Amino acid sequence: MDLDWTIIVRNWRVLLDGFANTLKLALLAIGFSFLLGVLAGALRLARSPLLHYPAVLYIEFIRGVPLIMVIFWFYFLTPILAGRPLDNFTSALVAFIVFEGAYLAEIVRAGIQSVPMGQVHAAISTGLTSPQAMRHVVLPQAIRNMLPALVTRFIILFMDTSLAYIIGYRELTRVARIIAEREFRAFEVFTFIAVVYFVCTYTMSLASRHLERRLGPA
Amino acid sequence: MNLARLLGLQYEFRWSVLWESPFGYWLLQGIKNTFILSLLAWAIALALGIGLGLLRTAPWRIPRALATAYVEFFRNTPLLVQLFFWYFALPQILPAGPLRDGLNALNVDTPLLTLNYEFLAALVGLGVYTSARVGETIRAGIQSIPRQQTEAALSSGLTLVQVYRHVLIPLGLRLVIPPMTTEFLTIFKNSSLAITIGFAEITFQTQQINSYTFKGLEAVTAATLIYLAISLTIAVGMHRVEHRYAIPGLIVRGATIE
Repeated sequence: MDLDWTIIVRNWRVLLDGFANTLKLALLAIGFSFLLGVLAGALRLARSPLLHYPAVLYIEFIRGVPLIMVIFWFYFLTPILAGRPLDNFTSALVAFIVFEGAYLAEIVRAGIQSVPMGQVHAAISTGLTSPQAMRHVVLPQAIRNMLPALVTRFIILFMDTSLAYIIGYRELTRVARIIAEREFRAFEVFTFIAVVYFVCTYTMSLASRHLERRLGPA
Repeated sequence: MNLARLLGLQYEFRWSVLWESPFGYWLLQGIKNTFILSLLAWAIALALGIGLGLLRTAPWRIPRALATAYVEFFRNTPLLVQLFFWYFALPQILPAGPLRDGLNALNVDTPLLTLNYEFLAALVGLGVYTSARVGETIRAGIQSIPRQQTEAALSSGLTLVQVYRHVLIPLGLRLVIPPMTTEFLTIFKNSSLAITIGFAEITFQTQQINSYTFKGLEAVTAATLIYLAISLTIAVGMHRVEHRYAIPGLIVRGATIE
């Protein structure tokens, strides 16, 4: 067993590009899927069945299938819908937003439901309108309650971006695979990117624990 | 065909690729392989995960630290990278010799499935990854049992092992049934990643059909419906189990947001 770690240094440029692509995909997906999650989570809590049931259908359907399936749908479907092939970044990004939105919606719903009804009644009896009660009483507490679960999901999403590999997007895992194949150095390359992923996710989870402690129990 | 016209799409649907010979047979093979992989990996994950979870709550410092390191590492790196590690990287560091050659050349037909290195790597990868998640769940379950229960059991004369055996494990395992249901569902969905190392589960078979027929959309639709059916069946089945083993007086379901 002879290991050659200089392969990391020799390919640092390519690896860095891959990492930048991973970050780009992860950050955009986190931002947009959060918006979708808030929307779908709120719709699921809506009283009108016309709003409620489509949200339930979307959330439960997505949660019942693997992420790879969603990636493949958009990969096969978008060229047909758009009439031309889409670049693999856009197709991956849309898939991640649609997939992650469903999981975030459940967190948002649970967060809103974690606020006791008595708070809403109290707020309204002091003269606030119902949107005001939502904005000033329910949401601040709900967001605090959902923070840990949100960060956990963002960490999972960050790791999941590795699946964009499958449709050829050149993120960190794809790049690593290319280098490993070209130089027959799978051990060094995959160990290295595993450590890179770990450092990122572990930092995020430490930050989230710190945040939780600072905010204290709601 | 009509469906595509109706939607104004430039695409000819040909759903028969899902049952024509040999594609229908491929799909069935894929379903069987997904079940074998997921269930065996689940057995590994449960055995390792329960051990890890218990070690993480035990008062022995070094085993606890080792279990924590294991759980944190395997939980915080992508499953895909772990699969690549077992499949591509491990053979590289094995000493050249009968073991490495044997693993590479492994190809044994058993009544259940073809035993090869693709399967072993997928099994170990999925099992180890899930064991870390199970370990975390078990730890959380045991730590959510009020400390006074342990103290009461110890002061009534039980040894630590007896406390685990008669108080913490029975209570803890019942407490974690709902999150474990989620993990069990997840392992089926995660088994789809085995496509990347060439194990012939459902997703792999649908891509095979795609590359033979260029009917990717039909194949992906079939796989999606199969996964949905699996998820629904497990969800309904586990709902019953949860109901049966729920500890009276506790709102267990509310405890899991994720």
